[in-house]
Amino acid sequence: MPTDPNKTSKGTISSKSTRAASMTERFGAREKDGIVRCDACPVLCRIRPQRSGACGRYANVDGELARVDPLVLFENTRNSGDALVPFEESSAEWSGNLVRQETFVTAIGSGTTYPDYKPAPFIVATEYDGLDTVTVVSEGIFSYCGVKIKIDTDKHLGAEQADILCDEERVGHVTTGEYGSQMFSVGGVNHLTGGSKREGKITCNTLMALCNGKAVELTVDGGCSVLVQAGKAPVVDGVEEQRMRVGCGSATIGIFAQQWHGLVDEVIVVDDHITGVLSEHQAGRCLGMEPSGIRVSGRRSTPGRYFNVANPGQGWGGTDISDPYSIIESVDPNKAQPGMRLLMTTTTGDESIYCVLDDELNPVEENMPVAVQKVVDRISENCEPSLCSVLFVGGAGGSLRAGVTENPVHLTRSVKSMLTQVTMGGAPVYVWPGGGITVMVDITRMPENSFGYVPTPAIVAPIEFTLPRDRYAEMGGHVDYVQTLEEIREGYGDSTRSSTWNPKNPWPLR
Amino acid sequence: MNAQALRRSRTDHAEPIPTGHVQQAMLPGNRLHLQHGPINLVIKAYGDDAEVRLAYERAERRLSGMLQSLVDNLSLLRSPDVPACVRVTDATSQQMISAVKRFKGEFVTPMAAVAGAVADTILVAIRKTACLRKIYINNGGDIALHLAPGQQMQIGIVPTLSEATPDSSLCITADDGIGGIATSGWDGHSMSQGIADAVTVIAESGAVADVAATLIANRVNCVDDRIERRPALDLDPDSELGERLVTVSVGKLSETAINDALDRGEQFAQTLVEQGNIHGALLSLQSHKRTVGLPFDRQKRLTS
Repeated sequence: MPTDPNKTSKGTISSKSTRAASMTERFGAREKDGIVRCDACPVLCRIRPQRSGACGRYANVDGELARVDPLVLFENTRNSGDALVPFEESSAEWSGNLVRQETFVTAIGSGTTYPDYKPAPFIVATEYDGLDTVTVVSEGIFSYCGVKIKIDTDKHLGAEQADILCDEERVGHVTTGEYGSQMFSVGGVNHLTGGSKREGKITCNTLMALCNGKAVELTVDGGCSVLVQAGKAPVVDGVEEQRMRVGCGSATIGIFAQQWHGLVDEVIVVDDHITGVLSEHQAGRCLGMEPSGIRVSGRRSTPGRYFNVANPGQGWGGTDISDPYSIIESVDPNKAQPGMRLLMTTTTGDESIYCVLDDELNPVEENMPVAVQKVVDRISENCEPSLCSVLFVGGAGGSLRAGVTENPVHLTRSVKSMLTQVTMGGAPVYVWPGGGITVMVDITRMPENSFGYVPTPAIVAPIEFTLPRDRYAEMGGHVDYVQTLEEIREGYGDSTRSSTWNPKNPWPLR
Repeated sequence: MNAQALRRSRTDHAEPIPTGHVQQAMLPGNRLHLQHGPINLVIKAYGDDAEVRLAYERAERRLSGMLQSLVDNLSLLRSPDVPACVRVTDATSQQMISAVKRFKGEFVTPMAAVAGAVADTILVAIRKTACLRKIYINNGGDIALHLAPGQQMQIGIVPTLSEATPDSSLCITADDGIGGIATSGWDGHSMSQGIADAVTVIAESGAVADVAATLIANRVNCVDDRIERRPALDLDPDSELGERLVTVSVGKLSETAINDALDRGEQFAQTLVEQGNIHGALLSLQSHKRTVGLPFDRQKRLTS
């Protein structure tokens, strides 16, 4: 049996607090003798004062229905630079807080009303810098949701539009290739509810695992298997990716051309996407470099930029070659000269070779001069660690809005005009332009295990709407249900959980 | 719920319909957690991954709708004497009714079997999954279990329900023919007329173990000023126990009082073993213990 601090014996709730009266009407009903009926599940328990229902999660506290699960509160330490305040021994009653703190109530553990024809669980009035601010807190049930995953890798993970499978079920697809990364789309309403029951369920499980920061094995149909975990390096076919390339071969030429100029006569940056050749490249021409006469294999796109110099593979620069000379197709004796200095490298600097043309114009490897090595090292230095990033995308424009205001479109308009700030578990979200409230959030900025699910299937995620109190009244908000932070704190007492604010997130109350 | 159903419910019902869902989550150790209202199941199946997945899917499918079926039969299930001719189609409800019928002459309603019976019916739904070595369905301490030939399971035993930390363990083997374990006490989820800190019963099914644990815990009792009792209706306005007194607190008892209470419980438990209703029972009251039947002789103390 879970230890419940409010529980003394025989399910008695001993909190002396009074919770906001409104919760009772919202989640149940009052009966005579102080009994409340709980509508949270079909049992419809009738609960006497200071007792809990059959589930032990809802209770009657002084005649009011209350939820006994922890509700997460965030403490904001303002002026974190001044966090070290000397402890004054003389102060008789030390509050435990070193500096002035503000609190933001998250929707985690707040419960939900679904469909939302009752006001959202918490509508909190927090005094902040003299302004009354209202935060409407609800755990939303998202049927329209999914994740977009960015996988930092140069490896070819699979064809665009290919299915992404998890547990042998289609859960998403490969979408665009981006700079040094491949994008995956996982979830979405068509996988959640449009396919077979198993497809929906596996998709839901996959989404919840990804959103809660767990590692998930995704397989691209006809491609690689990728172990994806938010904030961690992707593992492609069992091999952990190390670093992102600095750019494509052509971009690498562009970035470092000036630094190579004078140290070498030619640079070839081997890259499966676009291999760059310095002297022929626009960057080299601008520096007044003479064409070296070294022609690489593959198809020339524009001067100094070559496609398909080799096949994709696990060798140099994402190609299948291990001998870099093999991509030198020819050396023009009219342009090349013995003694020419050639650098070949990859877009990460992981592989590099320095050579000098001999009398027969064949490249001969030599020790790399320190100055050249320094530039190669700089390529490595500019390569960032490969990571998987997971953004949750969900639509909060549906019935969830009814829990906030009587006239849901007012909420949509207020969000669009930036008057109402949307956060998820306290993390900032991007709100898509256009109709509805479609939001996108980096799950690593949310507290751990923020996501849950219902077997509909749909994802349950916390969502908070914050706006000035007077504006809340204007939009037809459920002002009668507004509680002060003190009321929530007092009412929820030990069943709230205080968390330290993630300093990367802007404080939502303004 | 789709939009159409939602619209329908808005017009058909004067009040909003209850908003509960079966919630599920995976717990560490590849255990499945299913929760719906007061039903809280922790399920573990042992077998290869695909079989276990299939078993968990079946468990979830079986649970959906179960709470509603129980609620539909609630007035019958709260009645102390269900006529012998009554049959209900809901398997869980029927299992509860059958379980209490085995304990003739006792005041007990089928609700005493609810936790064990829910675990049993989930077990039935997933036991047909081939090749599973063992399964347990733990419904808040009332457990249904299945062991394939040659398998065994270690079960932790708690001395009191208020602390709920195991102090000993019991090894159950496939040959024991045990399908259920349940624990009851005065400081637990449901009300008890007795004062046992914990009574753990092993039986052929979860439902039978559940009823027996309740009945034995009621018998662990004595007259003492340090025991506070209140009419059941004072605590739960819908309690089928009516004005019967239930225990709300127990002070430190004398050695004589403890032994007196345990004697009564032990005697009753012995009768149940002899009738073949249960395999065994462990009774615990203020650090004193009694064991009845098999296989509690195999019980091991856990060292902390």
